[in-house]
Amino acid sequence: MSATAFGWLILLFPLAGSILIGLGHRRWPAKTAGWIGTAAIGLAFAAAIGAFLSLLGEPAEERQLTSSAWDYATSVGLDIQLGILVDPLSVVMCLVVTGVSTLIHLYSTAYMVSDKGYARFFSYLNFFVFSMLLLVLAGNFVLLIVGWAFVGFASYALISFWYRRGTATAAGMKAFVINVVGDIGLVLAAFLIFREVGAFEYLTVFEESREHFETNEGSIVAICLLLLVGAFAKSAQIPFHTWLPDAMEGPTPVSALIHAATMVTAGVYLIARAHPLFELAPTAADIAAFVGLATLIVAATIALVVTDLKRIIAYSTMSQIGYMIVGVSIGAYTAGIFHLMTHAFFKALLFMAAGSVIGAMAGNQNIDRMSGFRRAMPFTSLALIVGGLALAGFPLMSGFFSKDEILVFAAERGGMYWIFAIGGYAAAFLTAFYAFRIGFRVVLGEPCEEAKEVERGGLAHGEHENPATGEKEDTEVGFPGSEHHIAERAPGMKIAMGVLAMLSIVAGFIQLPGVTAGMEHFLEGSFEESELFHIVPSEGSAYTGLLIGGLMAFAGIGVAYLVYVARPGLTGRLRSRMEGVHGFLQRKWYFDEAIDFLVYRPAIKLGQFSNNVIERVVVDGIVSVTAGAVREAGLLVRGAQSGFVRAYALLVLGGFAALALYFLVVSS
Amino acid sequence: MEEVVFFAGAIGALGGAIAVVALRNPFYSVLALVVHLVALAGLFLTLHAEFIAAAQVVVYAGAVMVLYVFVAAYVGGVEEPEWEPIAGQKYMAPILAVALFVELSIAILGTGLKAIGDEGPTIPLGFGSPESIGTLMLERFLIAFEAASILLLIAAVGAVVLAARKREGGTPAEREAQNASEEVAGFGG
Amino acid sequence: MAVEWYLVLSALLFATGAAGVLLRRSPLVVLLCLELMLNAGNLALLAFARSTGTEDGHVFALVVIVVAACEVVVGLGLIVAMFRRRLPLNVDELRGLKG
Repeated sequence: MSATAFGWLILLFPLAGSILIGLGHRRWPAKTAGWIGTAAIGLAFAAAIGAFLSLLGEPAEERQLTSSAWDYATSVGLDIQLGILVDPLSVVMCLVVTGVSTLIHLYSTAYMVSDKGYARFFSYLNFFVFSMLLLVLAGNFVLLIVGWAFVGFASYALISFWYRRGTATAAGMKAFVINVVGDIGLVLAAFLIFREVGAFEYLTVFEESREHFETNEGSIVAICLLLLVGAFAKSAQIPFHTWLPDAMEGPTPVSALIHAATMVTAGVYLIARAHPLFELAPTAADIAAFVGLATLIVAATIALVVTDLKRIIAYSTMSQIGYMIVGVSIGAYTAGIFHLMTHAFFKALLFMAAGSVIGAMAGNQNIDRMSGFRRAMPFTSLALIVGGLALAGFPLMSGFFSKDEILVFAAERGGMYWIFAIGGYAAAFLTAFYAFRIGFRVVLGEPCEEAKEVERGGLAHGEHENPATGEKEDTEVGFPGSEHHIAERAPGMKIAMGVLAMLSIVAGFIQLPGVTAGMEHFLEGSFEESELFHIVPSEGSAYTGLLIGGLMAFAGIGVAYLVYVARPGLTGRLRSRMEGVHGFLQRKWYFDEAIDFLVYRPAIKLGQFSNNVIERVVVDGIVSVTAGAVREAGLLVRGAQSGFVRAYALLVLGGFAALALYFLVVSS
Repeated sequence: MEEVVFFAGAIGALGGAIAVVALRNPFYSVLALVVHLVALAGLFLTLHAEFIAAAQVVVYAGAVMVLYVFVAAYVGGVEEPEWEPIAGQKYMAPILAVALFVELSIAILGTGLKAIGDEGPTIPLGFGSPESIGTLMLERFLIAFEAASILLLIAAVGAVVLAARKREGGTPAEREAQNASEEVAGFGG
Repeated sequence: MAVEWYLVLSALLFATGAAGVLLRRSPLVVLLCLELMLNAGNLALLAFARSTGTEDGHVFALVVIVVAACEVVVGLGLIVAMFRRRLPLNVDELRGLKG
């Protein structure tokens, strides 16, 4: 089968799974939904492998294949196809998405099993995977926008999955609204592209734009900036990032899939895909890189102080995506996409382990209350450590190679780009620190109450409260499930976490600098006309970079050990000494408050003004004045209907006399 | 001579007309109309419309006016209140009537209808006789004749229906209504 | 006499009848004034018949008399019915068309 046929199959399986589960969720027992969902994504993964192998069979220059299902919207001057583009970049993305999704589905079959909304969960999850694949496989900007919007909806549906929780629905709405702002940017960019170039298909646009635009011409910079608005909203970069921490209200598998591995990487994918446009507008690319740098530093600092386990991991995601954005903006496409892949593995692993720990803690997510799980939950603890090592960039783990390759590339480009390298290494230190903040806190130390409960063979049971507000929840309705599950006792969870742990360790070896260049060779098919792609750092600088990265990792882990294990009271004393800084970081750099002040309140005021003045006075006024005028006119005319026959006769005669007068005058 | 007859008839007709409008007692108005009709018959004679004149006297003044007299006697005098409920009617009506008359006169006198400036062509013998009218009716105006007959029939039937005395229990519709109201009263009681 | 005299007389009688219809309130008298108008029309018809020399006008004058007779019959029947049902014999009291 051709690669494009595989491409359509990749899209078909999750969609079919979603619809099937949705239609049959009352007829079949709940567990069937889980198996159907997992099988659907598994088949999609198989199709992705098929596409991959089929692309390998093509010569390197001819690996960008398009296929169109039908004409979506054609008219004079407009030609939009329902078409996909199967090329190395999209196939890599598909492999990552379907591979990690299969494992997360497997994890969810065990994790969500006591939740009454089990079938709904899998239907939504399958739909999400379909939307993400549509986004990635789209062959033109219109279908990209379609996939983009579907992904936004799926994210909303899954964040507010436990819809009886007020905090969950609020978080879902926040995510959706910010995503819509990004959508606006994306749609405007598409309009501008159409106006300038006259087409929507990727390949056409990229070819035409090289002739059509001067470097850094106003319109191409505008297009790229608008694309960036979309990318930043979806990838939770500053200033559109405030939805991601709140999105942790969703179930842990959702956090693992959407907010670590796939949806938030859509922005990175977009910049990589539209790289011809960004290479024509270096200003915009530089702006993107700086935003990525800012995000990665800010998020790393916030992750040092927040106490909710999932939120630490969420800020870590934000930070790592900052790395990826920097990577694809400065031209390190291979490294950026490589980091995307490895990050998907170890971040999903971290979330899964966090889910297991939270299960043991009976739904409580406060890291200050967790300690000493190493005896009670050995497998989960090991998973946390492995994930933490990969995240910190410990030598020979996958994260080590991928992250440092971005920074080496930045140094290679030189000049201004040194700032990215320096900032990146500094944040790498912080990353290692907070990764092992989690690791040491949860794994080492005296076992807490819940850990002792697990050691005894039971499982702590809480009051089924909303962890954020303490509000009591009704699990009979199903949200969330009445039981919590941990990895040690659920084979599904164990298998998924095990596979991801293996991948986190070995995945680095496909792109060892100077040794193997698997990713680079494969991606060449998508990036061959890019000059930046072909900048390959020398081996010497690559090894130097790796060395520095390793040192940062050791330093970070060492300091974390010092702070959390060797000298337990240190953090308390530091906090009291640096109250201001701590408060500032704790409040997430006051971004939420700023957005509330700058955006939300003016919008509310505008709405109130529109209602009170424009709606009530102007519009209603016009309507009632018109109605009043008509009524008055009617009353006036009504006066003639007196009921007196003689009056009517008078009118008849009067009319006749008038007519006669008229004819007399006319004929004279 | 002809003028004298014309003016006599005209004054009679006009006088009768004004009397119909002005007299308070309806019975007197009826009698005034009779005078008017007879005067008109005289005018018809001057126009050589003998048959019509005869018909006028016999049918109109004879039968129709007798009907009027009967009904006026039956109904009796009606006291008309002085006060005029309709605003402006008392003044507008004469004004409009005068306006109408003036316009018609202008139309008649001021037109270029040359033909009405004189008496008309010499009329043949037998003009206006029953024979010629009958021939016309049955030949050229047959449909009008038949239609008029049907109209008479319908009018006769209609008059009987309208003025029929209430039978014991009333018409079928009235009996229905009465039964219905009795049922309702029975439930209500 | 020239025909125009008859026509002017007819117009005068017609106007008088019209004024009467508008001014009188007893239905009986209103019907009488209607008769006036009809007869004025008849006069005009016959005058024109004389001036054209044909008898078409006579035929139609007869038809008008027939119509007048029918109308009178129905109208008087109405008045009798009104009187029997003790309705006020006043055109102004019949205001069902008000609105």
